[in-house]
Amino acid sequence: MNERNRITGTTRRQFLAAGVGVASILAVRPASATPEAMAAAIRQIVGGATVRPGKVKLDIPPLVENGNTVSLTVSVASPMTPDNHVTSIHVFNEKNPQPNVASFHLGPRAGRASVSTRIRLADSQTVIAIARMNDGSLWSDKIDVIVTLAACVEELI
Amino acid sequence: MAAALINVPKRAKRGDVIEIKTLMSHIMETGFRHSTTGEPIPRDIITNFVCSYNGVEIFRADLYPAIAANPFITFFTVATESGKIEFKWTGDNGYSETASAAIAVE
Amino acid sequence: MNGAAITRALSAGALAISFTIIAASAAEMAPGERKSGYDFMTRDTQGMQDDDTVNPGMLWVLDGEALWNRKAGTAGKACADCHVDARTSMKGVAARYPAFDAARGRPLNLEQRVNLCRSERQQASVFRYESRELLALTAFIGRQSRGAVVEPPSDERLKPFIAAGREMFMQRQGQLNLSCANCHDDNWSKKLAGAVIPQAHPTGYPLYRLEWQGLGSLQRRLRNCLVGMRANAYDFGAPEYVDLELYLMTRARGMPVETPAVRP
Ligand code: HEC
Ligand code: HEC
Repeated sequence: MNERNRITGTTRRQFLAAGVGVASILAVRPASATPEAMAAAIRQIVGGATVRPGKVKLDIPPLVENGNTVSLTVSVASPMTPDNHVTSIHVFNEKNPQPNVASFHLGPRAGRASVSTRIRLADSQTVIAIARMNDGSLWSDKIDVIVTLAACVEELI
Repeated sequence: MAAALINVPKRAKRGDVIEIKTLMSHIMETGFRHSTTGEPIPRDIITNFVCSYNGVEIFRADLYPAIAANPFITFFTVATESGKIEFKWTGDNGYSETASAAIAVE
Repeated sequence: MNGAAITRALSAGALAISFTIIAASAAEMAPGERKSGYDFMTRDTQGMQDDDTVNPGMLWVLDGEALWNRKAGTAGKACADCHVDARTSMKGVAARYPAFDAARGRPLNLEQRVNLCRSERQQASVFRYESRELLALTAFIGRQSRGAVVEPPSDERLKPFIAAGREMFMQRQGQLNLSCANCHDDNWSKKLAGAVIPQAHPTGYPLYRLEWQGLGSLQRRLRNCLVGMRANAYDFGAPEYVDLELYLMTRARGMPVETPAVRP
């Protein structure tokens, strides 16, 4: 056993085993969600109601350095009073393996209709945010995102 | 070990709209990846996040595999009264974690 | 960018710059020219590093703080039992590692130094490289040096190891016959398959890499570059890496510590 192993107390064998564990995860590009799949996922949440553009503002940095972690903020223009407020915000994407990203449920106690999170984007694609108001109306915004390095590509150490 | 990072103002004026930021340690394994031997790596994600203010739910999120590892969620709420803001993350494989923060409202 | 991506970019001929015609440079970088990897990132990624309440690396710092206070090993002692408050006892420590260890006659990096206290002071089993525990403790210790300037010890005994690290940095190696200097001294700020080539400063480690979706050590980063060059990636903890770390620290002398930084 050489000196470094004595210091760390870890054998070469253990290191190799650990290395193999990481390397065995391969970059597999799974089947993508399609625009149709996204439309279906949206239908499931909004039913037959019409979704109008407006009131919603979806913010994603125009150029994304790594698709593994993409900042996203959805804000909705609403006074957030008991009579007039947002009840939910839904985010969808068209090219990840699954069209749903997240749903947020809120109410007048929020004070401000704005949520932020970080998402994965497997490719450059369209992201859509839809807000449902307490009167049942639905509003949306969409954005095209360019991803320079895609998510889900595990490096081969 | 599973740290959560919660950011809630320690004090606020009644009626103030305050921002709540949360970060939770979790790998968010999508369930769409395969090992070199072709076996699917099972999904392991947080599916649900709930925030309650003195026992009343004020915010809830349903999460999917497209949420990045170590989920980050921020939102707003009106400071109504002093007390406790509680957070709960639940997910696959019986995952459940909680955290809380105190707030003084004057 | 990961190692595989570097290799892909190089073999696909997608390079905007031709590495083959660039002679290995022996010129050191002027201090005024030095830039942290931070300076090449988008505003959004910078913001993730700047604000502790949104920096995912802080999750490891919190775990590290918990470990610092937890009793372990047959000695039944916590790090805090001997080192008390890390905010004072560990301040500036990460800024001067790797440091020479007389008993072993060579430099030890922070990971090895922590594991030494694990085995000798706590009489506990050592932590594996890249384990959550070792990353957490080194992130917690590194955080206590945030803003302190990198200050490698002026220790004569380190000289041969710095020289060995420098040689490894300048030497062409691997199937692509590239040196670290070809990219990081001669072509920094240029783009390689979507990523900007930084100057390879070790100021932010352990850091949260979006590509990794987690925290990783400097050695993990070095392995990524070596794999990309199709060169020999040593085992974690190998003396070659410690020498290289030491050279990178001397090359970054005077730059502020950013731990836990965020990188793409
Ligand atoms: C083909 C070009 C290339 C070569 C050769 C190369 N690297 Fe890199 N290196 C990169 C790129 C590109 C990045 C940034 C990756 C990213 O941000 O996605 C990087 C990142 C780094 C970083 C991280 C800097 C930070 O801000 O955290 C270090 C340290 C580093 N390299 C060291 C080395 C060492 C040491 C060698 C030689 C063993 C080496 N590199 C060889 C291209 C290269
Ligand atoms: C029983 C007491 C004891 C415990 C427990 C202990 N240490 Fe130490 N540690 C020391 C002493 C004494 C030194 C300095 C002397 C030496 O070189 O061994 C030291 C040195 C260090 C250094 C180097 C400091 C410098 O200025 O270069 C670090 C880092 C460190 N310890 C981290 C830790 C961590 C992390 C833990 C818990 C996992 C820990 N220690 C547990 C006694 C302890």
